[in-house]
Amino acid sequence: MQIYLPIAEVSVNALLLLSLGLLVGILSGMFGVGGGFMMTPLLFFVGIPPAVAVATQANQIVASSFSALLAHLRRRTVDLRMGTVLLVGGLFGSAVGIVIFNYLKSLGQVDLLVNLCYVVFLGIIGALMFVESLRALRKSRSGAKASRRKHTTIQKLPLKMRFRISGLYISVIPPILVGFFVGVLSAIMGVGGGFIMVPAMIYLLGMPTKVVIGTSLFQIIFVAGFTAILHATTNYTVDVVLALLLLIGGVIGAQFGTIIGSRMKAEQLRILLAGMVLVVCGKLALDLLIRPDELYSVGPAGQS
Amino acid sequence: MRLSALLLLLLAAALPARAEEVVLGLSKDQVRISTDFSGSEILIYGAVKREGPIIEDPPLEVIIAVAGPSRPLTVRRKDRRFGIWVNTAFADVDAAPTFYAVATSGPWADVITDTEDLRHRISIPRAIRAVGSGVDEPGIFTDALIRVREDQGIYQLNESAVELTESTLFETAIEMPANLTEGAYAARIFLTRAGGVVAEYDTTIEVRKVGLERWLFTLSRQQPLIYGLMSLAIAIAAGWGASAGFRMLRNQ
Repeated sequence: MQIYLPIAEVSVNALLLLSLGLLVGILSGMFGVGGGFMMTPLLFFVGIPPAVAVATQANQIVASSFSALLAHLRRRTVDLRMGTVLLVGGLFGSAVGIVIFNYLKSLGQVDLLVNLCYVVFLGIIGALMFVESLRALRKSRSGAKASRRKHTTIQKLPLKMRFRISGLYISVIPPILVGFFVGVLSAIMGVGGGFIMVPAMIYLLGMPTKVVIGTSLFQIIFVAGFTAILHATTNYTVDVVLALLLLIGGVIGAQFGTIIGSRMKAEQLRILLAGMVLVVCGKLALDLLIRPDELYSVGPAGQS
Repeated sequence: MRLSALLLLLLAAALPARAEEVVLGLSKDQVRISTDFSGSEILIYGAVKREGPIIEDPPLEVIIAVAGPSRPLTVRRKDRRFGIWVNTAFADVDAAPTFYAVATSGPWADVITDTEDLRHRISIPRAIRAVGSGVDEPGIFTDALIRVREDQGIYQLNESAVELTESTLFETAIEMPANLTEGAYAARIFLTRAGGVVAEYDTTIEVRKVGLERWLFTLSRQQPLIYGLMSLAIAIAAGWGASAGFRMLRNQ
């Protein structure tokens, strides 16, 4: 069933878009990531113009994350207080990120930088998570209880706050910094930033994995919503028909994903997410390294 | 279709004219892009009106060219730098049609001479105005542009695709892809003899979005904030709807 997208100005198969949305929705519910890092390359592959793909998937992420967040709220696995603290840092971060992005655009080569950002960050995070969760999995198999995370200098910082749902009593400075940093990166890379946020919360802040997912979703909704509005008003690249098709699949997928996620062990979840991140990273790295079939590309004028 | 062509021929006989002239018909003069739009085929047919008897030699040939609205664009080339493929050189093309199809009644070399092509800008390379900036050879970039767009089916050269009967009736079908740009598409019909243009006829085909497509497109340009908020509201509502639906399913 072909459908014509009014803003993207291409005709695509509606069923294909529905199943893409479903796939990314499942990931979103399982791992608490918005799925932007997978959705964007997939949409390019289907033939959606890059600018439209980046802007529209932000809108779709809001839908699937909201669907998944409601499921998590019912399960009481969202730390709203921590989410708000992260969000404050995140909004400042994305404002700074947009300034950096525009500066790089004026220098040219912004596409390359975005790609390199993806490869480097996906590579580092994927590898770290993979190694760590493999170790945890082996430890839990051998019967030994996973040790509590060490309390380091983070504990000595002022402005302490109690995050009851996360079971933490820490300073607000590290979460704000984490939120800020993720905000900067997500503005540059055009994604919600869940794939950076989730490991940061687990390893830097020491939050329990089950709470991390819901809290990350909470934060992603606001960042992605902000991005979508910004794209719609400045570049006119949000395609509501495309978004609708993706999000129908997405919201259903997110519900399934949450169910699957709640039945799996935290270590297994992390190792799967790590694997996925590494696969996407490998694909992007290959694109940069292998000689392309067509060396020339055609784009609208004035964006060099 | 043959019948309408014949009617045109009769109509043509009633009009005062030059030696040879085109009388044209289109299967549709408007392409409407609706939600289920997946490309369009336009049948262009017509007749040659003439005063005297048919001149057999040199034979009459027909060229039909359809061009979409032109846009400026940039062609970039990738080169290997530090082991990775990076966009390096680029060239700006002042105006290139978003769609261009040429159909002829015979092999290209037989239907038109190079000088006439240069004058009327009919062939694909001539229809693109290329002015290079930042590189030495804009020709390479124009060639690349044509190659990329021919692969996408946006630029087409269909030799011997015009069916010409008795040097009088002609018809061809132009295949238009789904990713059309809105605007007025210029259709030009040339009659040639021995490579020289003897008659030319111009008309336009209107391509525009209709219904929901039109409404959404206009809203996104004129009220971008409302459009953005509407998209977000749809997203939130869909997310909530799916969540509520699943809870109901589980409670049953």
